[in-house]
Amino acid sequence: MIDQITVFLENSEGRLAALCRTLAWANINMKSLVIADTTDYGVVRIICDDPARALDVLNAADYRAISTKVAAIGVPNEPGGLARLLATLDELDQNIEYGYCFSINGDMACDVLKISGAEEASAAAKAIEEAGFKLLKQEDIA
Amino acid sequence: MTEKKDILTLPHDQIEALQFEGVKKTLVTCYENVPFYKERFDEAGFDPYSVETLADIAKAPFTTKQDLRDNYPFKMFAVPMKDVREIHMSSGTTGVATVGGYTEHDLEIWGDCFARGVEYADGGEDDIMHVCYGYGLFTGGLGAHYGGVSAGCTTIPMSAGNTERQIRILREMGSTILCCTPSYAMHIADTAIAMGLDPAKDFKLRVGIHGAEAFSDNFRADLEKKLSYKVLDVYGLTETMGPGVAIECMEQNGLHLAEDHFFAEIIDPETGEVLPDGEWGELVLTTTDREATPVVRYRTRDITRIIPGECACGRTHRRIDRLHGRTDDMLIIRGVNVFPSQIEDVMKTMPELSSWYQVELTTVAHLDRVTLKVEMEQGFDFDEIRQIEGLQKALEAKLKAALSVGIKVRIVEPKSIPRSEGKAKRVIDLREGVN
Repeated sequence: MIDQITVFLENSEGRLAALCRTLAWANINMKSLVIADTTDYGVVRIICDDPARALDVLNAADYRAISTKVAAIGVPNEPGGLARLLATLDELDQNIEYGYCFSINGDMACDVLKISGAEEASAAAKAIEEAGFKLLKQEDIA
Repeated sequence: MTEKKDILTLPHDQIEALQFEGVKKTLVTCYENVPFYKERFDEAGFDPYSVETLADIAKAPFTTKQDLRDNYPFKMFAVPMKDVREIHMSSGTTGVATVGGYTEHDLEIWGDCFARGVEYADGGEDDIMHVCYGYGLFTGGLGAHYGGVSAGCTTIPMSAGNTERQIRILREMGSTILCCTPSYAMHIADTAIAMGLDPAKDFKLRVGIHGAEAFSDNFRADLEKKLSYKVLDVYGLTETMGPGVAIECMEQNGLHLAEDHFFAEIIDPETGEVLPDGEWGELVLTTTDREATPVVRYRTRDITRIIPGECACGRTHRRIDRLHGRTDDMLIIRGVNVFPSQIEDVMKTMPELSSWYQVELTTVAHLDRVTLKVEMEQGFDFDEIRQIEGLQKALEAKLKAALSVGIKVRIVEPKSIPRSEGKAKRVIDLREGVN
C-alpha cells in the first residue's frame, strides 16, 4: 500500500495551477495526478515522491488535503496487463472504489486501486500477490 | 459602588417606579425640545403630560429608524450642541447611518451599563480587558472601552484587525476579558490554533463579552471550548446608546436589561400591539434618562421576548431572550421566514463542517434560489466523491426538515468564506428586485 494525497478543489479558474505551483515550490515531484470532477468541485488524487511532506505543505497553504492508503500494483506494460489484474479481483467479488494507471518506466505500469475497508483491502492484496502481481511500496515509485 | 450594586437587585416595583418617572420625563423633554416628537405626538393626539401609568406609554406613537434618518444629523437632539460630548453613528449594516449624541451624563451611563457585564462575571480591577471591536463611529469599540474603564479593568484599545497582533497581545499581556463580535472571536481562536497555539493554555481569557450580531448556542459552545472561557451575550444599538442595553449574567439564561435606563416593550411587528411577557416579538425601547438623543418607543427590529420569572443570579432586572435575529435580517425565501441563525444551528449538528458559512440568494427563472456555502472541517475523509455528496445531501435534508425550504449546499475550499473582523457578512442577496 502507498500513500495518495487527495485534495479538495473548487471548480474555479487557476485553482489547479495554484495547487501544482505550491507543490513545485516545495520541490515535490508528482508521479501521477488525476482529477475526479463534479459541477462545483473536483477531487485531485496525487501520487508523489514525498507524500508526508506534500500533505504538510498543502495543509499549511490552506488546502483541504488528506492522505489515503491505496493499493499500487506493478503490471507488465503490455496489452491485457490490467485486464488480468481486474479478473483476479473479480473472482474475489471485490468492489473497487476507483482506479487509475500510470507508467513507471517502459516495462512496468502502476495500477492504483482504492479498495474500501481495511480487511477487504488486505485480502485483496494477498490474492493479488498470489496471482503473481507485484504490490508496490512507496520506495518502488519514488 | 454600593449604590450601583443595589440598583441591580432593587425590587421590581421600585424599578418600575423609577422607570415611570424616567419615561414621563423623556416624553416631556422630547415633546418640548425635539420638533419631530412634538409633531408626531400632536398628530397622534398623544398628550405627554397625561401619562398616568407605565402602561400608558403604549398610547405614544412609535419611532422608527427611518424617522432618525429623516432627522439626520442633529434634529433628534434634545440638548444644545454645547452639551454634547460625543457623536456615534450606526454601523449602517442595514442602510443609511443614524446618529446618536452623548452628553457627559450619557457617556457615564453607557460606561456603567457595559460595566455590568464585567460585574456579572465577578470582574473588575484585577481584569485586563482586550477590546477588539472597531473603534470609531461604531459604538462597539468605545462602548466596551468605557465599560472596561468604568468597571476598573485595565483596558486595551486594540480595535479590530491585524489578527496575529491581537493574538500576540492576548498572549503577552494575559488579557482576561475579550470584547468583540462573536465571529471575530472565532476567527481569533481559529487563527491562534492554525499558528500552533493552544488558546486554552496560551491565553488567560476567562470571559468574552460578545455582541453586535446574533449567534447560536452551538456557536457559543464551540467558542467556549476553543478559548476555554465563558461567553456573555451583550445587546445594544446606537439608536438607544450602544452595547450594554442588555447583558447576560453568568447564568447564561437571557440578557438582563438595564431597566433603570431603558423601558422595554415587546410588540407584534405586524399590528404594533404590546405582547405579554414570554411571547416573541419586536423589542421596543424608550430611554428613561438619556439627555442628548432620548428616544420614545424606538422600534429596534430585533426579535426577542421578555423571559418571565426571576433569574437565578438574584438580580431583579428583567431579561430578554437571546436574539432570534432582526426583522430585517430575516430572509423571506419563497414566502418562508428564515433567520441565518437557524441555518447555523443545523450546521452545528454536523461536526464535519466548520462554523463558517455564507448564504447566497439568487433568482433563477423568477424563483428564489438559496445556496449555502460551507467548508469541511479538517479530518473529514473526502477521498471518495460519494462522501462529499453524502455530506451535502445530509445537510440539505436537515435544512429542509428544519426550515421547510430547499437550500442547495455547496462545499467550498477552506478559508474561501471571508473571515470577518467586524460584523460577519453571512448573507449575500443577489436576487432580482430585492435591493
